[in-house]
Amino acid sequence: MLELKNVSAGYGTFQALFDVSLEVRAGEAVAVIGPNGAGKTSLLRVISKVIDLNGGEIAMEGVSLNDVPAHKIIEMGIAHVPEHRRLFPRLTVEENLKMGGFIASARSHFDERLAYVYELFPRMKERRHQLAGTMSGGEQQMCAIGRGLMSGPKLLLLDEPSAGLAPVIVQQVFDLVRRIREEGYTVLIVEQNIQQVLKVVDRAYLLEVGQIKMSGSSRELLENDDVRRAYIGL
Amino acid sequence: MNIPMIIKAVGFLAVLSIPALGFSDYVLHIAISALLWGFIYTGWSVMGRFGLVSLGHGAFMGIGAYMVTMLWNHAGITPWIGIPVAVVVSMAVGFMIGFPCFRFRITGHYFALVTLALSEVVRLLIVALRDYTGGSLGVTPDSVISADTPNSFIAMQFSDKVTWFYIVVAVWVVGLLVWRAVDRSMIRYAMEAVSQEEDAAASLGVHVTRTKLIVTMISAGMTAVGGAIYGQYQLYINPETTSGIAISLQIVFAAIAGGMFVQLGPTVGAVITLLLTEGLRQTVGHDVHGLDVMIYGAMLVLFIIYMPRGVLGRVIEVFENRTGGTSGPTTQPRPQPGE
Ligand SMILES: Nc1ncnc2c1ncn2[C@@H]1O[C@H](COP(=O)(O)OP(=O)(O)OP(=O)(O)O)[C@@H](O)[C@H]1O
Ligand SMILES: [Mg+2]
Repeated sequence: MLELKNVSAGYGTFQALFDVSLEVRAGEAVAVIGPNGAGKTSLLRVISKVIDLNGGEIAMEGVSLNDVPAHKIIEMGIAHVPEHRRLFPRLTVEENLKMGGFIASARSHFDERLAYVYELFPRMKERRHQLAGTMSGGEQQMCAIGRGLMSGPKLLLLDEPSAGLAPVIVQQVFDLVRRIREEGYTVLIVEQNIQQVLKVVDRAYLLEVGQIKMSGSSRELLENDDVRRAYIGL
Repeated sequence: MNIPMIIKAVGFLAVLSIPALGFSDYVLHIAISALLWGFIYTGWSVMGRFGLVSLGHGAFMGIGAYMVTMLWNHAGITPWIGIPVAVVVSMAVGFMIGFPCFRFRITGHYFALVTLALSEVVRLLIVALRDYTGGSLGVTPDSVISADTPNSFIAMQFSDKVTWFYIVVAVWVVGLLVWRAVDRSMIRYAMEAVSQEEDAAASLGVHVTRTKLIVTMISAGMTAVGGAIYGQYQLYINPETTSGIAISLQIVFAAIAGGMFVQLGPTVGAVITLLLTEGLRQTVGHDVHGLDVMIYGAMLVLFIIYMPRGVLGRVIEVFENRTGGTSGPTTQPRPQPGE
């Protein structure tokens, strides 16, 4: 579904990604793991074209994204749930969700998708008139994911959905990711909570200093000695 | 009908009946000025409310006033054509200044500075082109009205204040309708999203540059109309009163002081500034040059710190808290002074 070939990207003269190649097949859940500053966020940002692509190729369902601007990415079926959630803090929950279905093709499905998101997250329905910025971290994460679903995407990019949340809530977030998978979405997820994320995805890539160092099935990575030593602390 | 609508309806009827109440020309003049400036400030707030703080709206006002007068004086083109031309030119200038700013993400203070420069450029241009514009002495639209023919529709010159009053009321109402149309459109959500989280908005499909340009051009066009009507009404314009820093600051101050997040806020701002200038004029006269600008500046700072939603915004807020009404999904965003 999504294919990256030798992608490089950065910020001004600083290069954050070097020759990254990866693939996400339809129906899969794939994780990108790696230490702080590895370039995981940059990877998702270049896929959604929030930062410029400096080299290589990105394609969604065979269509090149190289010349697609940021605001058209969502029309290709890619929804980005960004790091730190990036809700619109002074809009209500429902207005945030409304923005999730901003594109023309999503507007006619607004009511049905809103009902779907509320069914998935009854908490959001209770809170629908609350300003998004005043909700708890876990609630904000639900809202951010809900917002991502409002456009009816095929592929969901999740950037550290568990970051900054209490252990109980982290568990809930991973349960949520599992549910989203079951709903049939294809997921590309970035996480630092490696042990947890490897339990919900099929495959993973290990990213270090902007380069893919390893890839394989979740089990392979979980059983790899280097990964265990460096990231799981065993 | 709810209470705010009844208040609005009664208020509107009261405004309409002002000429019938037999006030002096002076009172009528103040009322016309309040509505005309209210219209201009409303135009500013169409973009200002989304964090696109322009310190350069004097430029658009100057373009409106001078384009129309120049076309009339030098080419005999009626303001009825001159105004649309001025609106188009003003929108084009808004585009030319906005496009590079938005494309290269010049926002907040830097955007304000760029626009500040724009308003001075327009003022200096008017002065420099003195052979055509009359320079800093100002210019009068060539008059076709006299005691025998007090009104000329073609020249858009009317000696009768009541006529002007109704013209300005119409313009003002159109301004409020434009404000409301923007308020109820997806553009409003898009702009609020952009002003709160620009990248996230882009990822949701908002064409950030284009959306900002749309509101900028609407705002620029409205302000040009305001400038043009101002010139026709006063039958005298000069660079200081239609463009430049002083007038730009006044626009910003009034819109913020009145409350840029509510439909009638900028109009309230117009009333406040008028009372302020008239008060100053009658107490200290014209002796201290630039005193009003200094006071605007100081008050602007105070308002941004203590009453960022403006007078009307604050009143509505207090009223809603009192009645326990949750403002629900229509809650206006809190302005962020730092944005
Ligand atoms: N806006 C920016 N300007 C300049 N450099 C940046 C910018 N954003 C990120 N970087 C740099 O790019 C590199 C990769 O950052 P990125 O945010 O992609 O890492 P990450 O893997 O997501 O880290 P974390 O796990 O801490 O979120 C880092 O060295 C970072 O300092
Ligand atoms: Mg990151």
